[in-house]
Amino acid sequence: MVDLRNLNRRQAVHLVALAAAILLPPVVLAADEPFFISLASRMLIYGLAAASLDLILGFGGMVSFGHAAFFGVGGYTVGILFTHGFQGSEFLGLFPGSDNALIVWPLAMLVSGLLALAIGAVSLRTGGVYFIMITLAFAQMLYFFFVSLETYGGDDGLSMYGRSRFPGLDLSDDTSFYYVCLALLLLFLWLGHRLTRSRFGMVIAGVRENERRMIALGFPVYRYKLACFTIAGAVAGLSGALIANLTEFVSPSMMVWTKSGEIMVMTIMGGMGTLIGPVFGVAAFLLMEEVLSAWTEHWQIVLGPLLILIVLFAKRGIYGWLVGREGGR
Amino acid sequence: MNDALLRANSLVKHFGAIPASDGLSLEVRPGEIHALIGPNGAGKTTAIAQLSGEMRPDAGEVYFGGRDITRLGADARARAGLARSFQITSLFLGFTAEDNVAMAIQAHQGHSFRFWGNARRDATLRDPARDVLARVGLGARADVVSANLAHGEQRQLELAMALATEPKLLLLDEPMAGMGHDESLRMMELLAGLKGSLAILLVEHDMDVVFSLADRITVLVYGRAIASGAPAEIRANAEVRDAYLGADA
Ligand SMILES: Nc1ncnc2c1ncn2[C@@H]1O[C@H](COP(=O)(O)OP(=O)(O)O)[C@@H](O)[C@H]1O
Ligand SMILES: [Mg+2]
Repeated sequence: MVDLRNLNRRQAVHLVALAAAILLPPVVLAADEPFFISLASRMLIYGLAAASLDLILGFGGMVSFGHAAFFGVGGYTVGILFTHGFQGSEFLGLFPGSDNALIVWPLAMLVSGLLALAIGAVSLRTGGVYFIMITLAFAQMLYFFFVSLETYGGDDGLSMYGRSRFPGLDLSDDTSFYYVCLALLLLFLWLGHRLTRSRFGMVIAGVRENERRMIALGFPVYRYKLACFTIAGAVAGLSGALIANLTEFVSPSMMVWTKSGEIMVMTIMGGMGTLIGPVFGVAAFLLMEEVLSAWTEHWQIVLGPLLILIVLFAKRGIYGWLVGREGGR
Repeated sequence: MNDALLRANSLVKHFGAIPASDGLSLEVRPGEIHALIGPNGAGKTTAIAQLSGEMRPDAGEVYFGGRDITRLGADARARAGLARSFQITSLFLGFTAEDNVAMAIQAHQGHSFRFWGNARRDATLRDPARDVLARVGLGARADVVSANLAHGEQRQLELAMALATEPKLLLLDEPMAGMGHDESLRMMELLAGLKGSLAILLVEHDMDVVFSLADRITVLVYGRAIASGAPAEIRANAEVRDAYLGADA
């Protein structure tokens, strides 16, 4: 048993956040504000995307400016297969569509992961500013590819007529879907936490600290960076698949460069290199967006300075500020 | 045919018009301490960089244990048993001393595609790391974040990391750079203690250190080895005296 009196501040923050996440649906339903369930689902899903970016950005020190590409491609995997399933047609005349979550979600991860493998294989041969620019360029290429892909809606995107099916669960029920998102996020945070302190995680951290030294020690660093990049891409793909299910819609705007920027801002704002911190950043970002956009249509003008203030005054992010000194790395 | 552990054959490396290595040949035998000396800008660091694989020579070859490694990257050479330390200390500054050495141990233990166990609680990494720290005299400083170590301690840690990979040959670029007198003495004892267990190519300015430690010495001037031999021969060599030792010999 956990002795509540012996919790340190970090554990207390985790426990409160977890309790809030678990209790949210019954509370907002009782308050007759069901809209908040879908907002909170968005937080969990973007939280997954931001936490996956943290693996490469925070832990690996690789400033990838194209993370939304994997997010978008994961979404399109679900969207395209759903459409074929709905029409009873076949993708490229090869295989039928599907709306089975147990098929399309892993497939979204696979497709995004392979894409990350390919993009990473090229991008990771460079470094610094070149790496930022080349990841950005790849993401923009994909954006324009999907804009011109008329078969699947082009610029207008692709609407689905429902969510994926999950054996034994009704995903069209917002509360069930919310809990599935929560479970997947928690699963990733747990696995990711194990990964960051494993031997593999030590190599990734070592590359961030001093890549030249890692090479001199004999580590073939490129392979490790590529593996990390691929894992992060696959998880971003899952997050895109979940967003596609939540909104029952995908469009090229999922992978436009400002989306990559948004995910990066959320990650930095929450606290890089903590994996869970970015989830707090996402929650704060989406909440501010919600509040400000209800208040004024020029909400982005207000959000910008607010973000700068947060980054300036909470250098280790919102999470670092919440957990205090001991929680920082 | 050739019993050298490491052999550089006519290395050439130009930076623009500057020939940092100008047909440099050199041999390190198993188990010996081989000093590489020469005035500032002679090309010692450049030579080390080409031997360690960080820099590609414009021409020439490098052989290690009889095998041509000219085309191998620095990481592959390190795995083959060629370790180096840096003239400017190069550590994982955010990590503790023990973490730093554990990383080197990990490098030596095969691939790191292990995603599960906690590396910081892995006795197969931590125990040998503590042993190596004790060997270089940092046993009591294992838990100090390496950024907070004194300069001399950082140099010791730098050596510990190189030793932790159990190399056949150690390339040491001015291991005593910036050290105080006592620290230098310590480092010298450490290096003397390593004698025979592995080969060392040592770049060093202090002639007292060089002449007391080295089995053989190569003198580098303008990217060329102008002499190579036992300390007594080097001391007696007129060309070396003119070119380099002149002032303090
Ligand atoms: N990366 C570099 N770019 C340009 N010139 C360099 C570079 N590295 C070294 N040099 C030049 O090459 C020569 C040899 O330098 P170096 O190998 O550092 O000498 P040493 O270590 O013997 O003092 C010097 O003239 C130096 O200025
Ligand atoms: Mg030098």
